Amino acid sequence: MCATCGCADAPDHDHGHHEHAENPAPATRILRLEQDVLAKNDRLADHNRGWLEERGALAINLVSAPGAGKTTLLERTIRDLGDELRIAVIEGDQATERDAERIRAAGGRVVQITTGTGCHLDAEMVAQALLVLAPAAGAVVMIENVGNLVCPALFDLGEHAKVVVASVTEGEDKPLKYPHVFQAARLMLLNKVDLLPHLSFDVERCVSYARRVNPELRIVALSATRGDGLENWYAWLRDELRARARRDEEREGLP
Amino acid sequence: MHELAITESVVAAVAERVGTARVLRVQLEIGKLSGVVPASVRFCFDVCTRGTALAGARLEVVETPGRARCRDCGRSVELEALLGLCACGSADLELLEGQQLKIREVEVV
Repeated sequence: MCATCGCADAPDHDHGHHEHAENPAPATRILRLEQDVLAKNDRLADHNRGWLEERGALAINLVSAPGAGKTTLLERTIRDLGDELRIAVIEGDQATERDAERIRAAGGRVVQITTGTGCHLDAEMVAQALLVLAPAAGAVVMIENVGNLVCPALFDLGEHAKVVVASVTEGEDKPLKYPHVFQAARLMLLNKVDLLPHLSFDVERCVSYARRVNPELRIVALSATRGDGLENWYAWLRDELRARARRDEEREGLP
Repeated sequence: MHELAITESVVAAVAERVGTARVLRVQLEIGKLSGVVPASVRFCFDVCTRGTALAGARLEVVETPGRARCRDCGRSVELEALLGLCACGSADLELLEGQQLKIREVEVV
C-alpha cells in the first residue's frame, strides 16, 4: 500500500493526480438534525401510555417537593379505595425501599425504583418497572416521582395526568417559584390542611398563584392524615378512570 | 439537576446520528422558557462527551426568546420567564415559543 496516499498501488507511483498539502484541512460536513432533545424519552413515554391503555390502566404521575405527603396520601388512598380500585404503585426515590415497604404494608402492589444520583424518573425506568409491576386490567398506576419540583416537570413518563402535591407547611408562593411543574399538572392537591390553625398559610393566595401559572388547574385541599377533602380527590380519580374507559369504548367502536 | 440527563440525551442522540464520524461542533437551541439552564448544560457537556464521538467538540447554544400572545388584547409579548405580563396588564398569555429544546446541527469530520 502507498504510505503517502493510502491507495492500493505500489509505493512509488506518481502523486501528480492529487495533492498532499502540508496540513490538509479535513473536509467538514454539517448535518442539520433539528431533533428534539427529549425525543427518545417522549417516544418511550408514548410506548408506556400505549402499553397501559392496552390494559385499560390509568397512570398518574405524582410530583411534589420532598415531604409534601405523597406517600402518606398513597397509603391512605390504598386503605380507603383498596376494595374498589386496583391500585398499583411505582415508587421513585434516590435511595432505600422505605416507601415501597409503606405501600406494601398498606396493601398495595408496588415496585421501587432507586435512581441513585438521579433527580427524576424517566420513561425508560418506568417502562422497566411496569413490566415487573404487571398492573391488573383497569388498574390505577400511581407513579410517585422523586421528591423534586424542578426536574420531573420535563420528563413525560407515559402518564395520563400529572398531579402536583403542595402542602400548607410550604410557602404559598411555590407555584410562582416552580411554575413549570404547576403548569404541567392537571390537578393540585393542597395537603396537610389539618395544620392550618397553627400556621399563617393563606390558602386563597396559594390558589390564586397556582391559577395564575395554570388557569386550567383543578385544586383540591385535603389532609391525608385526618381525611378532610379526600372524597374530592377520590371523585377526581373515579372521573379520570371513567373518562379513560370511555375513550377505550370509543376506540373499540371505530371500524 | 436535570441538565445532566438532558446533556446525556444530547450526546447519545448525536452519537447515534453521526456513526463513525468525529463531531467538531454541536449547536443546541435552548428556549428561555424551557426550564433548562444553558450554563449547566455547558458544565455537563465536557464530562458527558468524554470517550464518545463528541469528545473535544465545541458546544454552541442559541437561546431563543419566549413569546406569547395576550388573550385579552391580542398583542405579542416577549417573555424572559414563564410568568409574565402584557403591557396591558393582563397575565392571561398564550405561550407560542421559548420552550423548545433542540439539537439544531452538528459539524462532523
